[in-house]
Amino acid sequence: MVFVKGIVLDVLKPHQPNALEFSKAIAKVGVDYYVRLTVLEVDENTETLQIKIEGSAIDFEAVQSTISDLGGSLHSIDEVEVQSEVDVG
Amino acid sequence: MRRYFVVNGFDGALTMLGLIIGFLISVPADLSVIINVCMGAAIALGMSGVSSAFVSETAERRRALGELEEAMISDLQESAHGAAARWVPLLIALVNGSAPLVISLLILLPLWLSIAGIALPVPPLYAAIIVALLLIFLLGVFLGRIAGISLLRSGIQTLLVAVVTAALIYLFAGF
Repeated sequence: MVFVKGIVLDVLKPHQPNALEFSKAIAKVGVDYYVRLTVLEVDENTETLQIKIEGSAIDFEAVQSTISDLGGSLHSIDEVEVQSEVDVG
Repeated sequence: MRRYFVVNGFDGALTMLGLIIGFLISVPADLSVIINVCMGAAIALGMSGVSSAFVSETAERRRALGELEEAMISDLQESAHGAAARWVPLLIALVNGSAPLVISLLILLPLWLSIAGIALPVPPLYAAIIVALLLIFLLGVFLGRIAGISLLRSGIQTLLVAVVTAALIYLFAGF
């Protein structure tokens, strides 16, 4: 089984929700997600973000869905950390 | 939302005050006639509040969403922004319409109580005017709370508007 341990995403979002609400919503997707959000650029209506997520098993589809629900748009996956683990039991 | 509540609540209260003063200075009419006329105005105010807010808010929200979609270069209909653009106009329309309706119904309460045979300390039309003035004062207090200014001063300011309205009605319709 391959688990996603870390990803760095390039995301475009509207000003609302703000960076704190946005990162909290992403962190809520998993039980042990660590989220680091950096605002790279601010335009009139949008913000370009770099979002780094770490966790024991990141559900990428759920993260992507949360970003879309909040009005964000995933531009690219810039970094990925995955690990294969042997299924126990 | 608060602004809509106050603005339209004020509309309802002043309209009822105007109607009741109009009846007071006219040939005495049956209480049921007065209630029907006031109810007609209250329902019309409610419908006007709902429809005008819904149409204008929908247009505003659609435009804002369109601008955001253009900036994002993506469809936001399924996002929280799209949902807000659909639901917020409904919510605002509900507040906008219910504020004048509920306030009008409260002002008409003494008239219904009188018709139901409940004795009031003052004649029903005067009781309705007292309720109207009280609600107008409370709307002013609410505005004062929002603005963070003196509640009493804000309440008296809105009450003054009601007094001026009553004076104008007596001046132009009292002959």
